[in-house]
Amino acid sequence: MKRPAMKLPAMKRPVLKRPLNRSVLMRRPVVGSPLQLLLLACSFALAGYAGVRLLADDWFGVALWFVGAALLHDLVLVPLYAVADRAVVRALGAAGRREWTMYVRVPAALSGLLLLVWFPLISGRVASGYESAIGLPGDVFLGRWLLVTAVLFAGSAVLFVLRLRRAAKERPPVVH
Amino acid sequence: MVPDPLSGVLPAYGRHMARSPSSPAFWRSPVRGPWFTSVLGVVLLVGITVLFVTGLLSYASYNPDLSPVNDKTPDKGVLGFYLFSWPTDPPWLYRLNQGVHVTLGIALIPVLLAKLWSVVPKLFALPPARSLAHALERISLLLLVGGALFEFVTGVLNVQLDYLFPGSFYPLHFYGAWVFFAAFVTHAVLRVPTAVRNLRGLRDEGRLREEDPLRGDASPRGGEELVSPAPAEPTVSRRGALWFVGGGSLLLFGTTVGQNFDGPLRATAVLAPHGGSEPGSGPAGFQINKTAASRGITAAETSEEAWRLVVEGRGGTVRLSREELLGLSLHSSALPIACVEGWSTSDQWWRGVRLRDLAALVGYEADAAPDVLVESLQRRGAFRRAALRDNQVRDSRSLLALFVNGEPLTPDHGYPARIIVPAAPGVLNTKWVARMTFGDL
Repeated sequence: MKRPAMKLPAMKRPVLKRPLNRSVLMRRPVVGSPLQLLLLACSFALAGYAGVRLLADDWFGVALWFVGAALLHDLVLVPLYAVADRAVVRALGAAGRREWTMYVRVPAALSGLLLLVWFPLISGRVASGYESAIGLPGDVFLGRWLLVTAVLFAGSAVLFVLRLRRAAKERPPVVH
Repeated sequence: MVPDPLSGVLPAYGRHMARSPSSPAFWRSPVRGPWFTSVLGVVLLVGITVLFVTGLLSYASYNPDLSPVNDKTPDKGVLGFYLFSWPTDPPWLYRLNQGVHVTLGIALIPVLLAKLWSVVPKLFALPPARSLAHALERISLLLLVGGALFEFVTGVLNVQLDYLFPGSFYPLHFYGAWVFFAAFVTHAVLRVPTAVRNLRGLRDEGRLREEDPLRGDASPRGGEELVSPAPAEPTVSRRGALWFVGGGSLLLFGTTVGQNFDGPLRATAVLAPHGGSEPGSGPAGFQINKTAASRGITAAETSEEAWRLVVEGRGGTVRLSREELLGLSLHSSALPIACVEGWSTSDQWWRGVRLRDLAALVGYEADAAPDVLVESLQRRGAFRRAALRDNQVRDSRSLLALFVNGEPLTPDHGYPARIIVPAAPGVLNTKWVARMTFGDL
């Protein structure tokens, strides 16, 4: 196919008025784009302004939480669930049940997600304070979480059985 | 499921290089790639912007510039540049704002986790910095990731009354939000063009991929380094992984949003702090933020004989028993209770004395009523004293309530008398009111 001729003036290549300075080209990768630097400087100025206020009371504790949250996530939580996930995939693969993977992984991960978010309530570590402040029983959350987990796994099992039955129907009967 | 063309060719390479996380081949998930990260990034761009705006509005709703008693961040400086008189209309404004802030925040947790997972190889990428700008960007990313996690963790702990964090929630969450937002805006400016390019380009390519299912996800638009050079055999497609993240959000949303409604809807919020059941039955059976017992309020000090409301103003001081308050002109208003923790009730039917009429008792024109400082019998607690602005005092729906839903207030809902103001956050609706001082604050 023939390309359309590029005759429009807007498409013309810009003509360099002077040759590019070699030292500029050399320095560039070391410093980076000035626009990006300006943006980062503005960002750090605002973060610094808010940061000194954030750190005013207990600078060590807050810094520990701020940096610790990132480290704990990247170096503990991610490896932990990645390893758990790999163990599930491997174990089911070794057992010759690779098709089960998603049906175990999804309810387990969803249940784990609920535990992660509502851990203070589910673990009961705030139960007495919760009960006294809100006037609702504080020890119901573990039971509710287990129930939700059971429903998730049961739902997954039902879907799996339905899929197997559908697959069995679609497949012509094996002739022996 | 899409078979991966590379997994058969490169197993040895994968095994050999898998030792160090700084090697791209260490990361083997075939789900990682520019499309997955871009979709999550765009969802977070919109979602976190809504969280930031509703958070700033929630801060404004406390009227922190009105009186030091309302302001838990007196050193805010220019960060309070946008503050304004919080309106009383629509009366469900705070209920909506805070319901969105907390419920959306909780529903975005899986998206945040998935986004961080999708870019985790970049954390270990070597060399640590290619240029000054790149080094600074990586420091900025620490503020971005640390800030996001700090904000989500403090928020999630606070709504569960787990005050583990190092300090008071208000300054931590407010200043933390600004530190995070500074890094967030930078990240958005630097990365959104790439994300949009990726999504636009890949949408067009999607059609091509339907014709050729083996086609990869490696067109040069930015973010290609996220694609594993030695991917493991896929167990789920990228689209499937995205559905999975969305399912997690939906599950959290579905088990949380109900704490903003009554009856059967509240029962659906099975793991949320104010979900499940109501603390009681009958007219006063609705949700309680802090019970009388937990604040040390005793029956002796709220009894007919002991309790007197002290109302002060330029015209003098008036002391009123509950009996005398009942003799004043009583008015009704239907208003919700909405808490900063992201739960609320539908409208309750309150009955009591208008705040503007109380101002008139101590020497002000009702239509020109000033601000008021309200003090509770409560001895401890962050908001045992709270200030209301003149527009809130003048609103004819603002009451010193004596009844709720046709019955006298119960101790847990503030007996003998409590404040109820349209669109105000729960903590400004002071319970067990003992003293009201009218005047410009």
